[in-house]
Amino acid sequence: MTTHPDDPTTPESISSPASPLPTPPPQENPAAEAPRRPDFSAGDWRRVSPKYVVVDLIGAAIFAAVIVAAAIVFAVVFEQAWQWWVMSALLLAILIGAAFTPRRIRSIGYQLRQDDLLFRRGIMWTRIVAVPYGRMQLIDINRGPVARAFGLAELKFVTASASSAIVLPGLPETEAEELRDHLVTVAESRRTGL
Amino acid sequence: MTGEPDAAALPADELVPHPGQQSAGQQPAGRPSDPRRSLTDGEWHRLHPATPLLRGGIAFLAITGFVIANLRERLLEFFVPGAGEYDPDDYDPLTYVWEHGFIGFALLAVLVVLLIVMAAFFVSWRMHTFRVTDEAVEVRSGILFRTHRKAKLDRIQGVSISRPFLPRLFGAAKMEVSVAGQDASVKLEYLFSRDADDLRRDVLTLASGVRLAEQGLAPAPTVGPDGVVGANDPAISRVVNERVNEFLAPELDPSAAPPESVVRIPIPRLIGSTILGWGTVFIVVLAVVMIVSLVNGAVWALFWFVPSVIGIVSYFWTTVTKSLRYSIAGTPSGVRIGFGLFSTSNDTLPPGRVHAVEISQSILWRPFGWWQVKINKAGLSAEAAAGGKGNTTVLPVGTLTDVARVVELLLGSVSTIDLHDELDRAIRDPGHSGFVLAPRRARWLDPFAWRRTGYALHDGLLLFRRGVVWRKIDLLPLARMVSFAVSQGPVERMLRLASARAHTVIGPITATLPVIGTAEAVQLFGDVSAGIVAASRADHSHRWAENRAESTGTVLPIPPPAAHADPETGLR
Repeated sequence: MTTHPDDPTTPESISSPASPLPTPPPQENPAAEAPRRPDFSAGDWRRVSPKYVVVDLIGAAIFAAVIVAAAIVFAVVFEQAWQWWVMSALLLAILIGAAFTPRRIRSIGYQLRQDDLLFRRGIMWTRIVAVPYGRMQLIDINRGPVARAFGLAELKFVTASASSAIVLPGLPETEAEELRDHLVTVAESRRTGL
Repeated sequence: MTGEPDAAALPADELVPHPGQQSAGQQPAGRPSDPRRSLTDGEWHRLHPATPLLRGGIAFLAITGFVIANLRERLLEFFVPGAGEYDPDDYDPLTYVWEHGFIGFALLAVLVVLLIVMAAFFVSWRMHTFRVTDEAVEVRSGILFRTHRKAKLDRIQGVSISRPFLPRLFGAAKMEVSVAGQDASVKLEYLFSRDADDLRRDVLTLASGVRLAEQGLAPAPTVGPDGVVGANDPAISRVVNERVNEFLAPELDPSAAPPESVVRIPIPRLIGSTILGWGTVFIVVLAVVMIVSLVNGAVWALFWFVPSVIGIVSYFWTTVTKSLRYSIAGTPSGVRIGFGLFSTSNDTLPPGRVHAVEISQSILWRPFGWWQVKINKAGLSAEAAAGGKGNTTVLPVGTLTDVARVVELLLGSVSTIDLHDELDRAIRDPGHSGFVLAPRRARWLDPFAWRRTGYALHDGLLLFRRGVVWRKIDLLPLARMVSFAVSQGPVERMLRLASARAHTVIGPITATLPVIGTAEAVQLFGDVSAGIVAASRADHSHRWAENRAESTGTVLPIPPPAAHADPETGLR
């Protein structure tokens, strides 16, 4: 079920040609090949600080260190051997993840439009969200210990929906605060009833 | 609106005729200590005197009952000597009390405990008060630890009144005002049952942004907690009559809503739809497994089969009894959904409080054309949403005509399209009813439903159509949508597809579009994100009657949303 090079992309009207309705809307333009990725490049996308790559890598390194320590503790206390395999698998996964970190961080972007905020992230699994400013209920600034050492902060947007899930990491602290103040102001001016 | 009202000046039709009210209406109006007063006058009011008993006292009664049950033998011996199996040689505290002549002290102790409990009940009743002002509904309670809860009127998401069986015997009802925010409801438990419906109407009228005085129905006098007892009124028979009338009265007050807006469920359909559920499939599977085991000589299979069947049958029973006497109706203050036989419950959702509507049909219901309608509404805690509580199923089973009527009531002002035909076409042939469908290549990801998966966007409403075994249509008002996301995984990228999801407040509905072409996804994302902003700007439903009041000048009664403003297109 992999690629099928020549997709006919036939209009749906074939399935029921005798439609009583006057204007069946065009389903898909057969001439234009649909893009592989949905194209959201329009507009002024802002990226997070490149320094966040280092923060992320340090986080991964700390995690790897914890795993190694746990494996050693297991080896000393229980005199087992299987944990080395688990450890190796986890370390490999972390390493692969780390290799993609720069691209992953570069894929995080946000865009401040007239009335809403766009947020996107991911290379393999991409996701783009639009949140109107009026729907933001709360904006948190979090600073982890490593991120703080690099002068970075994380903005978290809370809406009435748990699944909006917008976290914007790796912003320089001044930018994060300015952004928060700006968003609070625009959210207030566009506030609507829930 | 603080002045004492004169009953004669009121429009007669505002006095909702139910048993308690009628007796109130017959009271001479000019008595010096006229107990009638409005509960929405901004003053603090007390609740039903049985409140402490109903809230916590049941436990006390249960403990008392437990103690008495344990002393049964002794009591039996006391009253009917020689009848019980009481063995006088058993030594217990009572024997000790008896032998040492402490009987007087013991009785005194019991009396003191009873007095303390009663005093505590009385004080907690005195301290438990509520008030309704132009701004908010507030409740104060507690003896040592005082709590004070406040629900802002313009944040009200719905008002529900429930009458569980036991409080119903006392003529008490529980009212819950839910506001935006998880689990942030203000509970008035327990009110006099006869006041509850009027109080809700007044609260919602205040919340609509119309002052009661302008409305012409203020101050609608309701019977205060002091109650009304006439001079020659045999109290007991009156109370009994009231209770009996209440139990016999129709679940929905006939004067509260125009009858053409009322949807009910015939009992055969209710039973049939419950039996044609997955529970039956489960029973059949179990039965097959059991027969196979019995044939193979495993008699012990009965040990798990019988309890499972009992469990499933009791599930059927609760499902049916819960939905008995179901009704949904458009009242002036919003959509009222009521159900229940012994324990009744009804919710009123003011206009614009419905965040998502889902119409679904399992494959078992398809031959009968039955559908179910669920909604997402704010003010529901995550646990309640996960546990299926909170009355989010607004129509347990109904035909498409019923569904169209219910959706019309729920989303009234959003759309004036010819809903029944629209839904009918959307179900049967979404490609020719304005739906943008998934392309043919989607068959790899969604082999059965791809022909029926798509979206439509019009009149401030986003529609998702999906599913084959469970046919579903989501109707999402843009003015309520929180955010909108488009995502794509590696397999979807290979097929040049994407998926979309609309985020709303937490509830039983997860509005997703599992597959759509990438180009269509970009289009959808742009349209919806612009649409949310535009719809939110135009939306004023937090004070839903305010604009109408300004534009028309006279509002009596509040014109309900579109459904009644436009009866020709609205109701079929």
